[in-house]
Amino acid sequence: MAEAVVRELRASFTAGRTRPVEWRAAQLTALVRMIEEKEADISAALQADLAKPHMESYLHEISLAKASCKFSLKGMKSWTKPEKVPSAITTFPSTAQIVPEPLGVVLIISAWNYPFLLSIDPVIGAIAAGNAVVLKPSEIAPATSSLFAKLLPEYVDNSCIKVVEGGVDETTDLLEQKWDKIFYTGNGTIGRIVMTAAAKHLTPVALELGGKCPVIVDSDVDLHVAVKRIAVGKWGCNNGQACIAPDYIITTKSFAPELVDSLKRVIKRFYGEDPLQSADLSRIVNSKHFNRLTSLVEDKKVADKIVYGGQTDEKQLKIAPTLLLDVPLDTALMTGEIFGPYLPIVTVEKIEDSIDFINSKTKPLAAYLFTKNKKLQDNFVTNVPAGGMLVNDVALHLTNPHLPFGGVGESGMGSYHGKFSFDCFTHKKAVLIRGFGGEATARYPPYTQEKQKILRGLINGSFIALILALLGFPREKR
Amino acid sequence: MGHQDHSFSCAIHPSSLHIHSAFTLQSELELELERRARKLYEQGGQRTMAVAGLGETVCELRQAYESGKTRSLAWRQAQLRGLLRFLKEEEEAAFAALREDLGKHRAEAYRDEVGLLVKSANEALRQLGKWTTPERVWIPLVAFPATAQIVPEPLGVILVFSCWNVPLGLSLEPLIGAIAAGNAVAVKPSELSPCTAKFIGDNIGRYVDASAVKVVQGGAEVGEQLMEHRWDKVLFTGSPRIGRAVMAAASRHLTPVALELGGKCPCIFDMMGSARELQIAVNRIIGAKWSSCAGQACLAIDYVLVEERYLPILLKVLKSTLKRFFSDPDHMARIVNARHFERLSNLLKDKAVAPSILHGGSMDAKDLYIEPTILLNPPLDSAIMTEEIFGPLLPIITLKKIEDSVAFVRAMPKPLAIYAFTGDAALRRRIVEETSSGTVVFNDALVQYAIDALPFGGVGQSGFGQYHGKYSFEMFSHKKAVMKRGYLIELTLRYPPWNERKINLMRRLYRFDYVGFVLSFLGLRR
Repeated sequence: MAEAVVRELRASFTAGRTRPVEWRAAQLTALVRMIEEKEADISAALQADLAKPHMESYLHEISLAKASCKFSLKGMKSWTKPEKVPSAITTFPSTAQIVPEPLGVVLIISAWNYPFLLSIDPVIGAIAAGNAVVLKPSEIAPATSSLFAKLLPEYVDNSCIKVVEGGVDETTDLLEQKWDKIFYTGNGTIGRIVMTAAAKHLTPVALELGGKCPVIVDSDVDLHVAVKRIAVGKWGCNNGQACIAPDYIITTKSFAPELVDSLKRVIKRFYGEDPLQSADLSRIVNSKHFNRLTSLVEDKKVADKIVYGGQTDEKQLKIAPTLLLDVPLDTALMTGEIFGPYLPIVTVEKIEDSIDFINSKTKPLAAYLFTKNKKLQDNFVTNVPAGGMLVNDVALHLTNPHLPFGGVGESGMGSYHGKFSFDCFTHKKAVLIRGFGGEATARYPPYTQEKQKILRGLINGSFIALILALLGFPREKR
Repeated sequence: MGHQDHSFSCAIHPSSLHIHSAFTLQSELELELERRARKLYEQGGQRTMAVAGLGETVCELRQAYESGKTRSLAWRQAQLRGLLRFLKEEEEAAFAALREDLGKHRAEAYRDEVGLLVKSANEALRQLGKWTTPERVWIPLVAFPATAQIVPEPLGVILVFSCWNVPLGLSLEPLIGAIAAGNAVAVKPSELSPCTAKFIGDNIGRYVDASAVKVVQGGAEVGEQLMEHRWDKVLFTGSPRIGRAVMAAASRHLTPVALELGGKCPCIFDMMGSARELQIAVNRIIGAKWSSCAGQACLAIDYVLVEERYLPILLKVLKSTLKRFFSDPDHMARIVNARHFERLSNLLKDKAVAPSILHGGSMDAKDLYIEPTILLNPPLDSAIMTEEIFGPLLPIITLKKIEDSVAFVRAMPKPLAIYAFTGDAALRRRIVEETSSGTVVFNDALVQYAIDALPFGGVGQSGFGQYHGKYSFEMFSHKKAVMKRGYLIELTLRYPPWNERKINLMRRLYRFDYVGFVLSFLGLRR
């Protein structure tokens, strides 16, 4: 089945359907229309899949998707133009340019936590770059998946953009085909499988994975603003089920009590006395993840460290925002990506120690620092490798289309958003046009001493050598 | 990029990846690779040295990187200057090694390897400040006040697999980029060009920081052992077959890879405007086929496409120029080893192909010398037309119309480069728009390699990832997004509890409808 899909898309691509900028603009315009006309349906699907509050659906998925479409529509004209670059004296006279061309037929495998955005955003990039696309939405967010399967054919060119729904079997089938690029959002285990499958066909991949995103909180901050930002970045992002949500906090032993108090107050303010009743919190996506999360705090030595929250409702699949303090570092909660509403706080002696702590773990997708201390900020930026970083706020950087969004190390490879999405699905073809004006006979055998001298000069960009070469030195006997 | 003697056996264990049983393709790959590795071992593959010490080597590199010393501009500059001194002081030894391994004339060795490395190292030194400077980017008003920039940071510890045909260049060019980007690097030169490998290994330590730049010698086993470790990036230059194995092995550690592979680079030859242009075009074709490692180059012209009626004149000028250029066989490189010599002679001995030999064809197995050979219209399904030739054999395929060359090239896997000699702007446009390749060059060949501003790399079967110039720096860097905010202005709309009013306000903001926003906020508009 996957084979037939790829064959059809390849035929469409080879026929050149996806190349004209007008076609690409038409698809993107249709997508904007789809988002506007079907906003209620999209919100309803997200509500069904994740109990996602309407504000989050709007802020984090719908508006970002629309903005991404519009940004690409605007930028496409200049992105698709060849870029002239300086050629070298060595090849004078010549003109050189970089011509962006689509890779061909690409596969986009999406995730369940931002099922609308993480599907549509890469698709936008792939279309803008002129590719034919297969989107495989996550089966763990079934309402959104079937929404795509229903809606996309109504708005976009079906012969070039297709949705394939399904689980492991369908994904396996898709991964066996030959693609020109595979874009995967999800976890590292499947990321490895995707890359291994891609290796068979020498297919380049982009992997948007996760990690434990740390938040360092220094004592010199406007605490009441900082905790609001941390809280909305953690529990206001799908109740912690986001790849860039804060995973854990690091602060000094002396500051921790104040921080914990402040966090407790803000959780109460945002979500009330009984957060399980709040309409502003997403639920856990399914019982598998619910059980995974609750088992993280089952162990007494972890449960003992809960300082706030911890309530769960298994029927509703809800877990309340929960704070933990100084959980033993060898527990699952502290070693794996949490991806849920638990927020452990780690304490250190000096705030600078937090840098080494973060670096002792794998490189995260995002790292956050709350401080007014410029020196600490510089230390952080220079010495903490991460996909992206934000100082004095959380998660916002992904809304800026001028910043590349992607991981490094275990958090992934490749980046997108804005023009980076276009580049992700583009081959930058180098095109060199030479004339016959400058013929450097020094290049050719038989290699005499004179020739070698001129060649040296030419390669090192010497004008004199160029002039000599242009004048035809050394003269060849015909 | 040609054929290697060694193949890898990747120790991918399905169990360790928790694969669903339906993922059979990966275990097939593993079985095939193990089969090949066992065969090689039984054939008494090359004994490799210091396999036990590899773990230590990798450890030392990581320690060197973690110490932070490779981050400073001063360190990077010192290494680049060291490389320049190395190339200058050891130039004669380099020429001798290349002569020994491949019979390369010193002019070729300078033109294609040493000279280009000097240029690249100088360029990196010149641009280092610019490349390492963070780039400020625009911020939407909604996020005010804030700053945003893209900060390049090194990936960490890099592994470079070099290739035998440009053994010095393909080892050191990536090294220049990796160092410029602030990484620690391990280079594994190809064991098939042993003199150059030894030359690099024995000497480079005197010119660069040997704790952070290491040369690892050996063959397939060593390569396989190296891939067991975690690297922050691997650059592989070689054949697609090994490229697949490298990528599969890298996936275990989620190590990003760049693959510089090969393909059959076609040369579309349209009629030239004048006798002078024809001569120059032929000079350049010969240069790109026989004058560069005797055709053993990933960018070499593999075959020529020409219109039937221009064949006679093309042949005439080709033959006469060949005679002039290679009057002394010393000016053409040798085939790297007996195995490749045999492979190439088998291409010619093929019964279906032999009749198409028009010129040349003589071989000297002792000297590993194959005369420049031209073939006319060998069968398209013969090995010489389906595999990358990587040698001094040039098939010429005739077409009724030169425009048919576009369809011909499209039917083949995407090559590293497409060359076309033509003054026809319409044909040029069709070639750029309707074909796909790493690079396209008009009216010349191979020279694109020398231009720093042009990215060098393949697409499709010819690989992925690009380098040279600033692309080398970027290949070994992570572009980290860094955004900073202040506490001054707080957009309380962001925070729960949420309601429709807040959502509508956000809508207006996002539409940059600031007037509407203010009015809504003041309650003067719904």
